Amino acid sequence: MGSSVGDGAKLQPSREGGRLCVRCGERKAALKRPKTLEQICRECFYVVFEDEIHQTIANNSLFKAGERVAIGASGGKDSTVLAYVLSELNRRYNYGLDLFLLSVDEGITGYRDDSLETVKRNEIQYGLPLKIVSYKDLYGWTMDDIVKAIGLKTIVHSALDRGAALLKADKIVTGHNADDIAETVLLNILRGDIARLSRCTFITTGEDGPIPRCKPFKYTYEKDIVIYPFYEIYRIYSPNAYRGFAREFIKDLERMRPRAILDIIKSGENFRISTTTRMPEQGTCECCGYISSQTLCKACVLLDGLNRGLPKLGIGRTKVGAGSGDGMQHAKHSERNRSSLQGKHGNLDF
Amino acid sequence: MAGASACGGAGCGPHCSSSSSGAGAEGDAPAERMGRLSIAAGASTTTCGKCDGGGAVVAVSGGAGMCGECFRAYLFGKFKLAVTSNAMVRPTDAVLLAFSGGPASRVALQFIHEMQSKAIQSWETSNSQALPAFGVGVAFVDESALLARPEHESEMATEDIKSIVSSLSPGHKKVHVAPLEDVFSSGSEDKAATLKEVVGMINDETGRDDFIRCLLMLSLQKIALENGYTKIMLGTCASGIARHVLSATVKGQGYSLPADVQYVDTRWDVPVVLPLHDCLAQELSLLCELDSLKTQQLLDRPCSGINSLVASFVSRLRDENPSREHTILRTAQKLKPFSFNMFSANGYHDFLPSRLRPKFQNVDTNDTTFSEILCLICGSPFSESELQNLENTKHKAQRKIDMYTAHCCQSCHFQILPAATDMYEHFFSLLPKFWTEKVDTAVTASANHGSLRDQIEDYLLEEDDDEN
Repeated sequence: MGSSVGDGAKLQPSREGGRLCVRCGERKAALKRPKTLEQICRECFYVVFEDEIHQTIANNSLFKAGERVAIGASGGKDSTVLAYVLSELNRRYNYGLDLFLLSVDEGITGYRDDSLETVKRNEIQYGLPLKIVSYKDLYGWTMDDIVKAIGLKTIVHSALDRGAALLKADKIVTGHNADDIAETVLLNILRGDIARLSRCTFITTGEDGPIPRCKPFKYTYEKDIVIYPFYEIYRIYSPNAYRGFAREFIKDLERMRPRAILDIIKSGENFRISTTTRMPEQGTCECCGYISSQTLCKACVLLDGLNRGLPKLGIGRTKVGAGSGDGMQHAKHSERNRSSLQGKHGNLDF
Repeated sequence: MAGASACGGAGCGPHCSSSSSGAGAEGDAPAERMGRLSIAAGASTTTCGKCDGGGAVVAVSGGAGMCGECFRAYLFGKFKLAVTSNAMVRPTDAVLLAFSGGPASRVALQFIHEMQSKAIQSWETSNSQALPAFGVGVAFVDESALLARPEHESEMATEDIKSIVSSLSPGHKKVHVAPLEDVFSSGSEDKAATLKEVVGMINDETGRDDFIRCLLMLSLQKIALENGYTKIMLGTCASGIARHVLSATVKGQGYSLPADVQYVDTRWDVPVVLPLHDCLAQELSLLCELDSLKTQQLLDRPCSGINSLVASFVSRLRDENPSREHTILRTAQKLKPFSFNMFSANGYHDFLPSRLRPKFQNVDTNDTTFSEILCLICGSPFSESELQNLENTKHKAQRKIDMYTAHCCQSCHFQILPAATDMYEHFFSLLPKFWTEKVDTAVTASANHGSLRDQIEDYLLEEDDDEN
């Protein structure tokens, strides 16, 4: 896993009479680009890779000069490459952004240690300040504490938002790539979640909330991201976690027709979803003020439960105050039902 | 179009393959297969929950176990509801049932036959005889030319189908068997060769598969028009629709997707209806077994490429959760359908008693009341970007080929048109004239419209000229 290149890329040993790069026509082709199957040299690959991302940023007006931008840094390959490329492009094209790495420490022993190390290394390599916020800082509970109390790991998704707010960021960027978005489109179809389906291809979300999030890698293929740092010295990333049915399907699809990933995103952008079905009412949590469709956001409900010693409050679809027996069953059941449809990032909300 | 593809053993849609189902084979032990195909997982009791007959549960739906009788009634109920609430069949209609030989179209045939029998009975016993019974015909499109099957297999299949249909009485149903190549213009040329040539020009495997489906629809339209049918009924079921939802999504056809997943589709010269829209392929297979409904699948063509990948994917999902197909369907139902996905209420039939008039709407088959531009090959409505591209081409186009190309949706452009653009001319020349002529007419019409306006432009008054 450490130094292998993605399935679709083929490295050709340089030899006399080898193919020439289709872009520059000068250097020998070193690989077959997964997204387009073009045979290009290493230098041209960097150029097109970075250029496409710059085009995405420019065409979608993702940033304004002077913005303070938090790069969601998990230590994974996507956020590592994101950090590098964004700081490069910021320099090269004078975006004028105040970039910093933001990492959330859930406080699980042995889980984040490697990835946090990677992020710390990124800080040094790319010269980007690193801020680590822990669950303890944000909520007063570490993940280990939570697991001890309720026996279930639960990811509280607003952690990144809260951390960013704490650190006065104007925007958050995450490393979600084309494969991730395509997977999310499919999962939302399979789950019947029309509201999420209508939003999941948006390159920027949460614009009406405290801190918008954007995804510069929206059209970037995962395999390209894997190849990009291949020639860099440090490129250790945490192994991919659970791969559900949908991700396997996308891999097979990509092998058969590489453009299918972009086609799924295009379909997602063009679904005829009436604006009335689009978004559920976006209110705010009465307790902490964050965006929430209920009067209390999931985080507050969960914390409330933990603090009051009521396990599993806020997990799954259990209603607050439901009888413990059925409630727990229901919670367990919905957890199980979700398992095979989990995306790579666990929940479907970005 | 609402294409159907291999459904992991059950078969559905007019021309779907279900190579593994073997529903036509008499050898397997029925009980064992029922066990395998029945959806009885997690039945709370072993006797029927719907009736007092105490029959053994053969299938489960929504947690309720049903005996054979109730299961049958449940499926027929869905069929009938789809037909009546969407006013699919009027008393004056001649309905052409697309019969692929698979379990789904077999059930569609059975159910429409039963509705027809009832209508015939009512008519015979009624005093006024005001409501005639609708007519039913059966169409089978023979793809042997592409399957390279020996001729005797084709004959056997045809004979089987004829015998299946003739066993249904009352109500005589004519059987129309047409080879797929008949969609090509007649002449002294070898149509089968044309068919093979044009399919051979398509490089993409999925593209070939989808192209053949488009030809199948054209074939049905042709049979219907030539024989005076007013409706085409497909056996496309919920499972087939779920597969289509996913395959259209992965082909970038998110915009046009709703067009193919409704009950009614009036894009075509002869409107198309899907009464098995809410029935799962497994349920339909099971019914065929329970009622010994004979199927004929010698000439099945397995789906390929992306369609096949999607079929396996859905199969896995279904194994993990039997109601997944319904969920996918529900998602698709929330997408906005097109204007051609319902019959236009353009009047009523004089002979209908007034209380029934609201139910049956008039369909002017030649009246294209919708404004969407459709792909010349697959019929998908054009999205913004495709329309923009067409507009741009109209202004620049010198050659017919450019107009034809611009009238193809982005998906057909990618997966069906030949890779080499210098082959376009030849490719379009081989396509069924039915398709290319539509573009010719549209082009001439807009050209005429344009020049007419130019001619009278000088004489048209601006609105505010009235003031002076």
